[in-house]
Amino acid sequence: MNRTVLDLWVGFFVAIGLAAVLFLSLKVGNLSSSHLSESYVLKAKFDNIGGLKVRGPVKSAGVVVGRIVDIQFDSATYEAVVSMTIDGRYHFPKDTFASINTAGLLGEQYVGFDAGGDEKMLLAGDTIAKTQSAIVLEKLISQFLFSKAADGQDKK
Amino acid sequence: MFDPVSILRQLGHATVDRIWRLGFAARFLWAVLIHSGSSFRRLPLTLREIYFSGVLSLLIIMVSGLFVGLVLGLQGYEILQRFGSTEALGTLVALSLTRELGPVLAAIFFASRAGSSVTAEIGLMKATEQLKAMDMMAVNPIARVVAPRFWGGVISMPLLAAIFSAMGVLGGWLIGVVVIGVDDGSYWSQMQASVDFRYDVWNGVVKSFVFGIAVSLIAVFEGYDSVPTAEGVSRAITRTVVTSVLTVLALDFVLTSFMFRGA
Repeated sequence: MNRTVLDLWVGFFVAIGLAAVLFLSLKVGNLSSSHLSESYVLKAKFDNIGGLKVRGPVKSAGVVVGRIVDIQFDSATYEAVVSMTIDGRYHFPKDTFASINTAGLLGEQYVGFDAGGDEKMLLAGDTIAKTQSAIVLEKLISQFLFSKAADGQDKK
Repeated sequence: MFDPVSILRQLGHATVDRIWRLGFAARFLWAVLIHSGSSFRRLPLTLREIYFSGVLSLLIIMVSGLFVGLVLGLQGYEILQRFGSTEALGTLVALSLTRELGPVLAAIFFASRAGSSVTAEIGLMKATEQLKAMDMMAVNPIARVVAPRFWGGVISMPLLAAIFSAMGVLGGWLIGVVVIGVDDGSYWSQMQASVDFRYDVWNGVVKSFVFGIAVSLIAVFEGYDSVPTAEGVSRAITRTVVTSVLTVLALDFVLTSFMFRGA
């Protein structure tokens, strides 16, 4: 086979191979968002994280602003310490409220930020003071049942 | 006729034989790696092999990728529709292709399309004593014949797997969006929301790279180790395809259990 023709075909092959990788990373994956910009780490302590998972999303007003990178148990306070990387484009006030929510009835759990009104912003490595734990459905149901039962006794 | 001693002896012989071949293959890989400098210094040799194993496999990879995507689109839609979540079709197609089907199926097609022809070529060279003739002329056959074919395969394989996955995603889009009528925006946005570059796409590329090394090594090794007769070469080709497919599937299980253990 002619050398130049062969070079042309190999060049064509490598070009569409690289184009496919580019397609997978930009169009199929989400390389363009949040990976390229600078990010910083925030921490939050929760009494109960429910089914929260590492790599889960952190949302504020429904927009994904970061990801959960680490979940650990603090044996001094018996709380869960959740570390999150937050997209460097977004900053939150000191009195931001972090809660664990569920997407839909059976969906995955995520950390939601409700921004407060403080002038000062959270810096890298800061711990969010105000948190709300995950709602455990069993506890909720049992509380409801017990309160109903208590109501019934009162009426007698 | 029933002789336990001879049965045990046969078992032992077969075991020792297998282990010996495995060790030989490992030493062969080492020899290929040591002599692979020339396949990058004399790039035309490797380019020629990329042409034969990569460019000529393009057609089968693109067509089969497209059809796998079409089938995933149809089947995925049929099941997702029962749960009223057809918008997740893009996620289903993209995740199954980038994580598993792309690398594994591309490696299997690559083994049967390119690996077998590499084995046949090297086996015939050995049968017609071309390898010995090279040795006589002080040309190292591993550096001149084996290493370029090995590297040609290793370079082609990740590219082919990426093309396979990309064609599959397009195939799923063709069936899901164009034919059935899933919303175009939600097909892509759901996909982008749940496919992570490092976790899904990059792990798939790593997988296809490992498969490329395994399939290429098996192909050149079986050719180099073949019995230099017509029958021996044909057996070597069969062994290449069978061993490659089994190795790819076994490696895939190992890699998946390390990569996607779930957080």
